[in-house]
Amino acid sequence: METLSFEFPAGQPPRGRTLVGCVGSGDLEVLIEPGQAGKLTITVQTSVNGSEQRWQHLFARMFDGQTPPAMDIDIHDFGATPGVVRLRLEQGFEEIGHD
Amino acid sequence: MTDSAALLTKHSFVELGARQRAKALLDAGTFRELLDPFQRVMSPWLSRQGVVPQADDGVIIAKGSIDGLPVVIAAIEGAFQGGSLGEVGGAKIAGSLELAAEDNRKGIATRAVLLLETGGVRLQEANLGLAAIADIHAAIVDLRQYQPVVGVVAGSVGCFGGMSIAAGLCSYLLVTQEARLGLNGPQVIEQEAGLEEYDSRDRPFIWSLTGGEQRFATGLVDRYASDDVAQIRQQVSELLQQGLPAQQRSTQAELFLQRLARLDAEPQIEPSVVRDLYQGERS
Amino acid sequence: MSSYSLRGLNWFNALSAGAKAVDGLTASLKVADGFLGEQPVRFIAVVADPDNRFVRARNGEVGLLEGWGLAKVVDEVIAADQDKPQKRAVIAIVDVPSQAYGRREEALGIHQALAGAADSYARARLAGHAVIGLLVGKAMSGAFLAHGYQANRLIALRDPGVMVHAMGKASAARVTLRSVEELETLAASVPPMAYDIDSYASLGLLWETLSVEQIEQPSASDLARVTECLNLAIDDVAAKGHDLSGRLGAANRAASSKVRQLLREQW
Repeated sequence: METLSFEFPAGQPPRGRTLVGCVGSGDLEVLIEPGQAGKLTITVQTSVNGSEQRWQHLFARMFDGQTPPAMDIDIHDFGATPGVVRLRLEQGFEEIGHD
Repeated sequence: MTDSAALLTKHSFVELGARQRAKALLDAGTFRELLDPFQRVMSPWLSRQGVVPQADDGVIIAKGSIDGLPVVIAAIEGAFQGGSLGEVGGAKIAGSLELAAEDNRKGIATRAVLLLETGGVRLQEANLGLAAIADIHAAIVDLRQYQPVVGVVAGSVGCFGGMSIAAGLCSYLLVTQEARLGLNGPQVIEQEAGLEEYDSRDRPFIWSLTGGEQRFATGLVDRYASDDVAQIRQQVSELLQQGLPAQQRSTQAELFLQRLARLDAEPQIEPSVVRDLYQGERS
Repeated sequence: MSSYSLRGLNWFNALSAGAKAVDGLTASLKVADGFLGEQPVRFIAVVADPDNRFVRARNGEVGLLEGWGLAKVVDEVIAADQDKPQKRAVIAIVDVPSQAYGRREEALGIHQALAGAADSYARARLAGHAVIGLLVGKAMSGAFLAHGYQANRLIALRDPGVMVHAMGKASAARVTLRSVEELETLAASVPPMAYDIDSYASLGLLWETLSVEQIEQPSASDLARVTECLNLAIDDVAAKGHDLSGRLGAANRAASSKVRQLLREQW
């Protein structure tokens, strides 16, 4: 297991918070809460060691060319594939967007 | 209603996560979670053993009402660590049952519903899981003096280990066909007693002995529901409305000892033998 | 040497010398009514019965007959003392290697039998009986949940053979995909996983640990020391109440207290 931290430029914080997913096999849990304006922070606790680059690329691609809301994202990962990670994050973004 | 129409209107309960299950049972708008995941009261033991924790430690505690009756629901998330109970998740269940009993002593008729999908003690927190389960047993027996404790084993993990004893202490138990209820997990029995005694890969064999249908047919549970949110909700509500049973299943030592005395324990057992032996409990 | 432990039987015989044996029970249950000083008590032990009708319960395991049998002998105490001002104390002498693992057991609902036992012990507590668990050997998993863990005071003898755990070492190693050696190394650094009684004591679940001279077959001074401790435990229950709150408070069980405090605040 390893714990990783990431930071990206962001806009204003969203109003709501949300939880999606579960720390089950091949899945992950994502907790999204409003962050400090201008900053998006992500903390990942993952069962897969040596995966920092993979996460970095995945987040960079997701936020490329846009200014995401200022969020504190907490991820507990139990070996999810990049596709599942992306799905969960998009699901979470949609839920805070609706709040 | 045609079969296909029935299928379309049916909403699976088994497919829901623990939080969704709790929400599905409670009256609309009454769900209020205690120690929600954003409070991050997580296992102090998993991370240090290199195991990724979950923000709610796999147990959801929610207060609300079911058809107007005040309840606390404790729902175990079977997908996280096999629904195993560690210190935090165990204390969440025990503590909420203790507070429900306290409510009753103060004249507030809080009932409890336990949604059980669990392999029992979480081995990484071994003795603290076991201690928490003893606390849960104590709290069920205490609360049950005042109001019913309803256990639901819907599937797909089933209910095993010390939590199967907790199920046995419940005032009422409801299962589906997907459910299994037993003390020891099939693999552990196979390891301890051998393949001939218990083949953990033979699913039909395991369900024939410990599956929901057999448990209902032998009177070891009270209700048998199909995997449908509306039906399960309806039956849980009925059980809560019923109040306390005339006699709790776990206080019937004399009856069970008489039945066991009639059994020829020499030959290996068949499901039909248990049905015959235990039949007649349900009038 | 027998393949099963005789500690429970030996301690039962020593403590219940002069007490009146309860007859008509399955041979794996030893029950007697006597006194500890002025205090009336019922001693209860689960012991090995090599001729047990249930073949998977011949080495002192808690099985179907044992679970329901325990329920019955504890229920008797509750019923008989219902209107008495002085309730009998119930002393559970614990030396149980495991619950019974078998096809018959699962099919016939061993979980329900163990629930019966836990239920009766818990109700005895609620009815005002002091229930004391005396750990003289193994106190494993479901067997301990059925016989001992509902006690409001737990006393353990300090000995490597006195052990509380959720799963035996060999099985735990297999389930967690570790060797027994790896498991032992890990367990030594994680108090709730450890197998020794001092680590267990650090969780705050024991009321007392006692050293004795002859764990297998108690000496006269061992018996005197344990008897004194049992009496103190019974007095402590009378003074401080019958719930299990005495088990909370240890640093290694801090989360259990914190969760309860937060639940209360948010209730």
